[in-house]
Amino acid sequence: MTEDRDLACAELVELVTAYLDGSLDAETRARFDTHLLDCEGCENYLQQFRTTVTTLHRVDRIGADELDPAFRAKLLDAFRGWR
Amino acid sequence: MTTATPADEEKLVAALRARDEAVFAALVDRHTPSMLRVARGYVASREIAEEVVQEAWIALLQGIDGFEGRSSVRTWLFTVLINIARTRGARERKDRDMQVVAFTGGSVDPARFRSGDDEWPGHWRDDGMPVAFPESPEGAVLGDELMDVARRELDKLPERQRVVVTLRDVLDLDSSEVCALLDISVANQRVLLHRGRAAVRQALENYLKDVS
Repeated sequence: MTEDRDLACAELVELVTAYLDGSLDAETRARFDTHLLDCEGCENYLQQFRTTVTTLHRVDRIGADELDPAFRAKLLDAFRGWR
Repeated sequence: MTTATPADEEKLVAALRARDEAVFAALVDRHTPSMLRVARGYVASREIAEEVVQEAWIALLQGIDGFEGRSSVRTWLFTVLINIARTRGARERKDRDMQVVAFTGGSVDPARFRSGDDEWPGHWRDDGMPVAFPESPEGAVLGDELMDVARRELDKLPERQRVVVTLRDVLDLDSSEVCALLDISVANQRVLLHRGRAAVRQALENYLKDVS
């Protein structure tokens, strides 16, 4: 990527994880933030990405209903054997 | 939340040392699905993944009395799990470890961007522009549906992406922990995480388009 050039949306979408991790260099981060200011599509894309991460955070809360009861029982048996 | 306070951690360790079955069962319910997801990234079948997960739980129980709390219980559990899964995986089949990283396709369908002869090449086409996802509070029907969609897509991801997304986003481990656990570079980890998240994002977008 060359300096002083606007970031294209197609480039920005590949940088979102680095942006959220805070690992973009200062210059790229500034171009990213500048681009967001007047690009609704990318602002929405970032919002979608953040919502995706939040949704993934919730995946382990379902726990029990996803777990095969026979396997769960086996693990609890192992616990009783250890105790 | 997935982030436990030090006091919660102490309580958890004390309860396990006291052989509290309810606490163990809750921990099993919470982590076993993610453990299976991670283990399956290393071994050939669901059956072997279950054996690996069971071995990891037994290792946790056997180690709990001597656990020094230098990491969280969760990080320790997944460290043990990955070590066992890796040993088993190396025995079960050839290591296909890093092949996923070589893949360099875009994370968004290129047809959604304007082409090179447009005034704004690489920018969203009007009909390709993303629309904000609805904010759905936890427990809301839509939130549960989206979680289901995300979980199904997670299970479809290439193995290494699934492992990284599970550790980073489902379990909320930080980047340095995940790199150390998987013995991969920060850059590789980020590529895997980004591809995986982008695929889940796309699945959510497709789902929301269909219901609206």
